[in-house]
Amino acid sequence: MIQIENLHKKFGKNQVLSHLDLHIDEGGIFAVLGPNGSGKTTLIKSILGMVVPNKGSLSVLGSSVRKNWKYRQEIDYLPQIANFPGNLKVKELIRMIKDLRQKPSKEQELITLFGLEPFLDKKLATLSGGTKQKVNIVLTFMFDSPLIILDEPTTGLDPASLIKLKELILQEKNKGKTILITTHIMQFVEEMADKIVYLLEGNIYFKGTIDDLMAKTEQNDFEHAIAAISTHTTNA
Amino acid sequence: MLKILKYSFYDLMRSRWSYVYFLFYLALGFVLLFLNQDLSKAVITLMNVIIVLVPLISTIFGVMYFYNSKEFTELLLAQPLKRTSIFLGQYLGVAGSLTLSLVLGLGVPFVLYGLFRSDAIWDFSLLLITGAFLTMIFTALAFNIALSNENKIKGFGYAVLMWLFLAVIYDGLFLLSLIIFEEYPLDSFSLVATTFNPIDLSRTLILLKLDISALLGYTGAVFKSYFGTNLGLFVSLGMLVLWTILPVWRLAYKSKRKDF
Repeated sequence: MIQIENLHKKFGKNQVLSHLDLHIDEGGIFAVLGPNGSGKTTLIKSILGMVVPNKGSLSVLGSSVRKNWKYRQEIDYLPQIANFPGNLKVKELIRMIKDLRQKPSKEQELITLFGLEPFLDKKLATLSGGTKQKVNIVLTFMFDSPLIILDEPTTGLDPASLIKLKELILQEKNKGKTILITTHIMQFVEEMADKIVYLLEGNIYFKGTIDDLMAKTEQNDFEHAIAAISTHTTNA
Repeated sequence: MLKILKYSFYDLMRSRWSYVYFLFYLALGFVLLFLNQDLSKAVITLMNVIIVLVPLISTIFGVMYFYNSKEFTELLLAQPLKRTSIFLGQYLGVAGSLTLSLVLGLGVPFVLYGLFRSDAIWDFSLLLITGAFLTMIFTALAFNIALSNENKIKGFGYAVLMWLFLAVIYDGLFLLSLIIFEEYPLDSFSLVATTFNPIDLSRTLILLKLDISALLGYTGAVFKSYFGTNLGLFVSLGMLVLWTILPVWRLAYKSKRKDF
């Protein structure tokens, strides 16, 4: 599904990713974790081709990412902060994305699920943060792609919507899709993730299941295990 | 690319500024034609306005649009679209809608005035073509500046400086150098200096066509004696095409390598 080898990325003098190797071959939910500034978003943006790596090779679904754009047809991406063109109406935005991707979509079902009908004729600039995030979720999940990338999907959602989002993610997982999620909410990870990819200082520090992680850090609580990684390394 | 062009174009057509720009040219056209009664004078006045104002408005519009559509661009970048088609589509959307405002705004009063029955139609068409070129050139330059500067204020500053330099300062420096080096043969120098500034180039182009020696100035005279009227027209049009292609090419090149 995703093959990354020896990936390097520098922003100015700031080395964000170095010698990063990552192979994800199977379906399931992968939580990409790490402290602030560890390169999670850069990693995701490299997969999407928004960030151009300095070195290394990256391929998604068998096709190389470099100078390629067609592979994005197979990725659904939820950006971190839902920044949409403010003068568009919700309806127009959905229609535009559908027009650009030319794939069958199930937006009506999702609009009903998140109760967005009253907002369809409103401009995006007038929506609250949570509502924008719901629009963001609709835009991401309305297509049927084998790879889904979610950058902080829970931002601004109320508890009811959060439950719906979780159900949605599980549904997609049961179709055999690969789902990458970044988040800082450990409870969400514990509940949802099959595997954890822990980034630290631009490299993958740990990849495995939650149980593996607890065994490695000798903790019996997930949140403490994650915290233990960071303290462990700063002490070392 | 056509889809991006379509969305950018619609987006701009809905914005108030396109109409303000259109109405401004409409008013200018009517005032000049119906109060002046002299078509060739009206064309010259229009030329002076176009040569200064079109670059300024294209520059500011280009920079503003680029920064304002940052979110839109980021949304598009995650979609299965080629980078060059995203940026060229947006560029053509802006340049296209500005050109449309210009051509319609000036064209309507001229058509009502009875342009099709007059001899000035070629002068006038050339004026519009030059205006279109200036729009394309300065929008492209503005997009380049905005792409290379993350900081909005800096980008805006550089863009306005660029306009000021090409529209005002360049001429001053040019004249100054002519005075300082007046003892030397300056024909080829002034020829080259003119082609390096799209605004000067446009002015020479129009004046060559209008064939008004009094207004031609030094460079125009050199141009004329060097190339003759027809070849001069051809060369300056060619240079304008080059001025359009180069920034657009750089825009495509840079956009492929940028991180978002």
